Amino acid sequence: MTTLLSVRDLRVWLDTARGPLPIVDGVSFDISAGQVFGLAGESGSGKTITALALLGLLPAGARTGGSAILDGRDLMTMRTAQRRRTRGREVAMVFQDPMSSLHPMLTIERQLTEHLRYQLGMSRKEADERAVELLTEVRIPNPEAALRGHPHQFSGGMRQRIQIAIALACEPRLLVADEPTTALDVTVQAGILRLLHRLCQEKDLAVMLITHDLGVLSALADTVTVMYAGRVVESGPTAQVMGRSRHPYTRGLVDSLPHPEAADRALVPIAGEPAGPESRPAGCAFHPRCRYMEPPCATAVPPLIRIDDGREMACPVDPLVASLAR
Amino acid sequence: MSLLELRDVEVVYQRRDGTLVPAVAGASLDVNAGEIVGLVGETGCGKSSLAKAAVGLVPVASGSITFEGRPVHVLGRRARPVSERRLQLVFQNPYESINPRRTVGAQVADAFAIGRTQARSSWRPRVEDLLRQVGLPATMARRFPHQLSGGQRQRIAIARALAADPAMIVLDEPLSALDASVQAQVANLLVELARNLHVGMLLISHDLAIVRHVAHRTAVMYLGVIVETAPTADLWTAPMHPYTQALIDSIPHADGAGHLPVALPGEIPDPARPPSGCRFHPRCPRVMDRCLSEVPELVAKDGGRRVACWLHEAPGGARRAADGPSVAP
Repeated sequence: MTTLLSVRDLRVWLDTARGPLPIVDGVSFDISAGQVFGLAGESGSGKTITALALLGLLPAGARTGGSAILDGRDLMTMRTAQRRRTRGREVAMVFQDPMSSLHPMLTIERQLTEHLRYQLGMSRKEADERAVELLTEVRIPNPEAALRGHPHQFSGGMRQRIQIAIALACEPRLLVADEPTTALDVTVQAGILRLLHRLCQEKDLAVMLITHDLGVLSALADTVTVMYAGRVVESGPTAQVMGRSRHPYTRGLVDSLPHPEAADRALVPIAGEPAGPESRPAGCAFHPRCRYMEPPCATAVPPLIRIDDGREMACPVDPLVASLAR
Repeated sequence: MSLLELRDVEVVYQRRDGTLVPAVAGASLDVNAGEIVGLVGETGCGKSSLAKAAVGLVPVASGSITFEGRPVHVLGRRARPVSERRLQLVFQNPYESINPRRTVGAQVADAFAIGRTQARSSWRPRVEDLLRQVGLPATMARRFPHQLSGGQRQRIAIARALAADPAMIVLDEPLSALDASVQAQVANLLVELARNLHVGMLLISHDLAIVRHVAHRTAVMYLGVIVETAPTADLWTAPMHPYTQALIDSIPHADGAGHLPVALPGEIPDPARPPSGCRFHPRCPRVMDRCLSEVPELVAKDGGRRVACWLHEAPGGARRAADGPSVAP
């Protein structure tokens, strides 16, 4: 299992009249080939911005720091032309809503072969043959006919499959999928999750799966990193982070979900609402909502500490973390 | 008699080319006072159309809708009849259903102004009461919607519905625009309100898991028809219809165990050209010969359940579900 992408101390901030406004505040993680890396968090936690920063797709005005090493090259300091080659060929992205990320007026063929011809320099005939292969790969029925269609002629699930086919066109090694199933029904979602799982296994593809849906992460991810207010609060193997969550925020999230085996148990929501970038509390950003809050939480940002079951977490109140820190 | 009764409701839309699309093709459902009924199904199954028909936002092509024993009128140019003010609707997106240019308090008080039910002097304390009832501080009345989070806005939308002193609230996907931790807060609020105010609720959702925690009874809809209704706990532990089973199996669990959910093959068909026989038969893992040609009726079973599936055909003439009384949990 080799590390494909190594992100260290990634920071994204906006320069405002009142000084820098941090959006992503020192995030580090590794993504391995053939594995699904899950990035969890609620809206405003900075998970999408993290992905956009890696791809160089941040809105104008956003400033970045830190490094993201893919094959010895730093994505964060790459020149525009080189980054454009990397994007699509080595790193590809799938977005939440295929209706808005596919061009409504162009045929599927045009959108699927554009990449092949521009990035790989294929002839039209070659590109068409490859396009049929790709659509077969993502299980689109009758791929030759599908190539002549337009996005509106396909259902949400099929559009998402087409989007994945476009992303796979240049055989990238990392697929960044931002909420790829959020707009879909559960029955269709299950199919997309199985498709991503199969691609990961068969093609040794690394997948960065960004979602707020812990069920989706549990099903697919090998490792999970949980973000809150721009920082990582807990990360590690999925079985640990989801099955035996320790950080009060992760545990709170899991408890607020409907549980499959205990329907009679009431949902236990986390008090309050997630903090946006402009209103992030000092110290541990989660402290105003935390049941276990102690005075130091409100002043010092807790560091991520590795505990012996393979996870890292940022909570000084946790007994295991406290014993290690001593 | 139930508080809200839908009987063989059909909702038909017309496409631009003239094709008639029966979005709801004969659905019957009852909701009693103080009861939360969940209505689940995939996109395009007609659940939102049924919800809109239930409050008179779209006309029904056939069938009937009665609220407190009187037929529900289709919304037109005239004001809604006074008798229907106690039938309220909450929409999915609280960013669109609330006016951004008016204070929260003024919007909650709309119901008093329209209903002319109370003296103007009592509006303010009543608005503050309502805000507290939905778990917001009374000071929220002076705020504008942009100062509120998604969860707070959805609470305001619920407070607006409550201002009309409703007996029945229809909620169309009220939780799906909210973050997970906030979703649980609003879900618990609905349960509390139904219990404390004895309000009936029809909760439309694509999320079977959350409905399971909130609803007393759940109805499963597929391509315009209701295929199964049952007390929620029974529906979950022992689903009778293969479609209900498929919905349950496709839900991923946040337990870290790494089980891939089971996908249901195929897609929901075009409602303008529904499959013959049982509408679910092309996707059904347990399809039989008769499913291809004969339409299964929604028949009553033990324990207040109803199911429309040939696998559960009752021996010796089952009652037709729509004629039977509804069973409260």
